[in-house]
Amino acid sequence: MTETMPLVEMRDMSISFGGVQAVDGVSVSLFPGEVLGLLGHNGAGKSTLIKMLSGAYRADGGRIFVNGAEADISSPRDAKTYGIETIYQTLALADNIDAAANLFLGREIITPWGTLDDAAMEAATRKVMHRLNPNFQKFDAPVRALSGGQRQSVAIARAIHFNAKILIMDEPTAALGPQETKQVADLILQLKREGIGIFLISHDIHDVFDLADRVAVMKNGKLVGTAPTDAVSKDDVLGMIIIGKCPPGATPGPGAASEAELAATGAPALH
Amino acid sequence: MSHDAHGQPAAAASVGLPSRKTGVLQALEVDTRLLGMLGALLLIWVGFDLATGGQFITPRNLFNLSVQTASVAVMATGMVLVIVTRNIDLSVGSLLGVLAMAMGAIQAELLPQIWGLDHPLTWAATLLVGMALGAMFGALQGGIVAYLGVPAFIVTLGGFLVWRGGAWWVTEGRTVAPLDSTFNLMGGGIDGAIGATASWAVGAVVSVYIVVSTVAARHRRRRFSFPVKPLWAELCVAGVLIAAVLGFVTVMNAYPHPERRVAIDLVDTLRAEQATGGLSAETLALVDRMPAELQTLVADPTGGNRRALIRGLSDWPELPRPAHGIPIPVLIVAGVALVMHFLATRTRFGRYVFAIGGNPEAAQLAGVNTKRVILSVFVLMGVLCAISAAIAAARLQAAGNDLGTLDELRVIAAAVIGGTALSGGFGTVAGAVLGALVMQSLQSGMATIGIQTALQSMIIGAVLVLAVWIDTLYQKTRK
Repeated sequence: MTETMPLVEMRDMSISFGGVQAVDGVSVSLFPGEVLGLLGHNGAGKSTLIKMLSGAYRADGGRIFVNGAEADISSPRDAKTYGIETIYQTLALADNIDAAANLFLGREIITPWGTLDDAAMEAATRKVMHRLNPNFQKFDAPVRALSGGQRQSVAIARAIHFNAKILIMDEPTAALGPQETKQVADLILQLKREGIGIFLISHDIHDVFDLADRVAVMKNGKLVGTAPTDAVSKDDVLGMIIIGKCPPGATPGPGAASEAELAATGAPALH
Repeated sequence: MSHDAHGQPAAAASVGLPSRKTGVLQALEVDTRLLGMLGALLLIWVGFDLATGGQFITPRNLFNLSVQTASVAVMATGMVLVIVTRNIDLSVGSLLGVLAMAMGAIQAELLPQIWGLDHPLTWAATLLVGMALGAMFGALQGGIVAYLGVPAFIVTLGGFLVWRGGAWWVTEGRTVAPLDSTFNLMGGGIDGAIGATASWAVGAVVSVYIVVSTVAARHRRRRFSFPVKPLWAELCVAGVLIAAVLGFVTVMNAYPHPERRVAIDLVDTLRAEQATGGLSAETLALVDRMPAELQTLVADPTGGNRRALIRGLSDWPELPRPAHGIPIPVLIVAGVALVMHFLATRTRFGRYVFAIGGNPEAAQLAGVNTKRVILSVFVLMGVLCAISAAIAAARLQAAGNDLGTLDELRVIAAAVIGGTALSGGFGTVAGAVLGALVMQSLQSGMATIGIQTALQSMIIGAVLVLAVWIDTLYQKTRK
């Protein structure tokens, strides 16, 4: 991995909201074909960090590099031009319009006369949805009428249809049943084989541990550390999430608890 | 699949097409909500017709009804978009007032100084300046809403007072009259209608347009091998639309000019032709058919003879009276509604308007410049207020500073009765126009049967609440 250039590198990212330092000096990188699990409690700053990458928030400090070149991301549109696509936890779908309209929202196909080419968009949507969810039929219904899994498919379809190079998935399976969760996992493995880098954000370690190549753990807006999943156990990662304790196989970050702090919590000392 | 027979690729089957729809209404793909409104409208018309002993569903009354609806209907098409984006515009009535006053002052006081009275371009220049002013005022309000984050309710409540004050200020309260005679055609009336032949022409053009757009839409879906409506359903919908258009033309053409007006015109023609050396063959043939006592008056139609001739001709049952035809304000409404429907359903702008209404955050995250879209919606609303102001002032042939008072409520009610959801994200232009027609039908129907004004307001208010309640029930059962 050390010889490949990272797909994305975020250096020293910071942002605060009304005096609350939501993300404080976090640096992470993502390599092609890699799944990076971004873990932490609710409120640890995972989603906020990633929203700076997807252009939803503008960072107070820090720099973002895409393929080694510095990227200037100040809006969702900017992020998309760098091939960064996001599937938000809330899915970010407009409930009152249909799947095709959501899929192409902001990137509509236009006829030579400048009008919406709904037929072309529906055709493309049928194709991509067929790949994700072959049973999906409700192409002329507003997204409101779809099930949780179907809505999820639409959100995923929107992200992968435009040749994403970097995919951000924020709690992608939170609203799904076991069957659909399995589908999403298969999809992630498939996208990974295609060389797409994936940020997988979750507060639940079980969701990501088996899929991720590495995990990065955040606590109170700071990076506790990163670790390859084959060098640490689930318990190790839980320790990182809960008390900020960095295990031997991990690279500690600025948020890792010191020995003195760990002693105060009664946890066993570091090696 | 049946598409294969037409040489279409069978790929459609592989991406999973739904099975052919069952049920007549489903096959027709008709908006049941719109259908319900048409039913309600019919009920209102028949009810008033019975209550007035057959005076409501007459060409004359329907002509007047359509003219009275025009101004509110034009604004309602814009209010749909405003409400769809989860905003509101309480200022449209006042905006109409100030724009009418401005247009009045421009055509009656400013332009005559430049190119004299009754210049053929006065109406166009006035309307253009009015629309530009409307766009500016709309941009001011929309800018404050979108970029400064002040709620639209407050901004336009402020606008409600500001523009009404402005309407007074333009001429310090003086009513501007008379207006330019060409400009006045926008208000309807005897001259403000296009006559029988042109009306049939308009009906024919619209019918052809309906056929062409139906075929084009079908062709587009075929190109991608999507399921299409059964042919009989397509023919049915197009047939009903064409019948409605031609029916409307027939009704408007069944309303002739009033006898006295025709008689005066005829006498003027006689005098003009006599002065320029003899009657034309056409006039001569008409004179031949007149009763003898009228023929003697024709020889010298001046002084007392002129008055007697006008009276006699007015009472002559065979006096040929030309038809009104489609009123110009109705043509304006049709044009505006077509453009607004196109904007709402066929353009990126319209798509963004609805996406913002459904989920503003999602639209923003998808890269939509939501602020600019909202600004544009208010600009559009301002332009439509100018068009409505022209119609309203032209109808009265005068611009007074109280023009458009309470129109904001009529416009919002029309949009809401027409199915626009105040929570945003849903509404149609056709519904709003129909809503405006329902409101106006109630109002003029009640006036016809002599219900007191105070009671009229109370009934309209109750109907508004009732309509929204029924819609709420409808939305619940549909889920």
